[in-house]
Amino acid sequence: MSATVTRDDFFAPSIGRRLIYAGLIVYVVYAAATLGLSLERIERGIGYGARFLAGFFPPDFTKSDILPGLLESLQIAFLSSLFGTLLAIPVALVSARNLMPRVVSWSGRLIITFCRSFHPVIIAIIAVKAIGFGAAAGVVALTIASVGFVGKLLAEAIEEISEKQIEAVRATGASFMGVIVFGVIPQVVNRFIGFVAYETDANLRNSTMVGVVGAGGIGGTLFSAFQRFDYDFVAGIVICIIALVMVGEVLQLVVKRVFR
Amino acid sequence: MSLVATTEGARRWVRFTPAERMARFAVYLAGVAAIVWSARTIEIIPEFLLDAPEQVADMGSRMWPIDWRHFWPEVWPALIETPHIAAMATLLGLAMGIPIGFLAARNATPVPWLNHLARFILVATRSIPTLIWALFFVAMFGPGPLAGALAIAFHSVGFIGKMFSEGVEEAARGPIEALTATGATPMQKIVMGYWPMALPTFWSVALFRWDINVRESAVLGLVGAGGIGVALNSAIDLIQWDRVALILLTIFVVVVVIEWLVTRIRERVI
Repeated sequence: MSATVTRDDFFAPSIGRRLIYAGLIVYVVYAAATLGLSLERIERGIGYGARFLAGFFPPDFTKSDILPGLLESLQIAFLSSLFGTLLAIPVALVSARNLMPRVVSWSGRLIITFCRSFHPVIIAIIAVKAIGFGAAAGVVALTIASVGFVGKLLAEAIEEISEKQIEAVRATGASFMGVIVFGVIPQVVNRFIGFVAYETDANLRNSTMVGVVGAGGIGGTLFSAFQRFDYDFVAGIVICIIALVMVGEVLQLVVKRVFR
Repeated sequence: MSLVATTEGARRWVRFTPAERMARFAVYLAGVAAIVWSARTIEIIPEFLLDAPEQVADMGSRMWPIDWRHFWPEVWPALIETPHIAAMATLLGLAMGIPIGFLAARNATPVPWLNHLARFILVATRSIPTLIWALFFVAMFGPGPLAGALAIAFHSVGFIGKMFSEGVEEAARGPIEALTATGATPMQKIVMGYWPMALPTFWSVALFRWDINVRESAVLGLVGAGGIGVALNSAIDLIQWDRVALILLTIFVVVVVIEWLVTRIRERVI
């Protein structure tokens, strides 16, 4: 046996890959240049940041509008998760390519893509215009976002189900609704509950933000405190938001473990 | 599955143990209670809701026809800034998140206090919403894309680090033991052992986060942190709804294009 095989033959990088990496580096340099980064700016920024952090201490929890804001965020998160996931079920059933003809599933996918493309806060801006300031706009905005997200995940879950059970249900002479209720839903219900828990967690995070555009919740309180330069109050609100989000994340994990 | 004895002495299979049933019931109960409480206490102004169809019709009529005249020179520069912000934020997030991810992985860093510290950093950064990070960085570095990129980067760290550390913890023990047998240092084990095994996770996390970051970078302008959101904000402040419609359409196109691109790259790389 001739020993002509060397290490390089196996691990030689391809020209195409090198070109992609080179292109990536050029892009990064270009994109970094557009950010307007300069040493002097960073230095000054860090100075401001230090002053800022000093303004945060001690955090102020005493103002009375923290608790109502937090509770309103919770209300927005719960209600939008309920409406969003309920609406997502029919949308997902319509979008699943293994259940519906192509034309129908495309229209479902269009709805999902549309709902998913816009950040909840952008939807909230439009919702505030449509139904005025307050929690209702937040609920509508997060509901639309939830339809997009849960709809997509659920549609994918439905596309992965086993055909055998559907065939078995169909062989008993079940109607279309019968197939959906006894053949499709039981196969995805546990994953669906996981998605609901995940989406509730995501809605909780976003419900703390929609207030920035006037759609209710703690975000409005935070934004106005920020504009008043009331930094110790800002610190108090941010700590409360972090605590709320952490609790949400833990609860989501608990729910997922229960329904595994 | 668990086995229970019925009163007649016969044995019967049931799907869940009593503890599992109680846990499920508790989750259902908590969910219903949360919704009932929210529905009863949420403050909604009924006049605004009654007014909604009228308002939506009014908005729709003012959004159409879409005003293309603003595309150049106002919308395009802001639009092109948005994917840049997302890309820089993703890279910066990866640069910070991957080392912290290695520190958080119990097998790559067998030092409990370092694991806990890293996990705390990941949870804390993840818990602060992007817009709040953006408010801070705008106050630090002034309005502009730099603040936006930093805001998304710091928010992404938590997500990237968490997913990546889970990928590292799933790495096979065999190659690591082989490296240990050759006398590799902990750093060499990471570079030669864990990193190659976690590479698929790395690509999947990077692409997934890039996709999310494009969407996020579209809102940052609302607090002055650059991108298309700045144009959106000023169009809304000027109540020019035909211009708002144009901006929303361009955001939609960018997001769909990037998502298509991500799916393509994912098919090729993973």
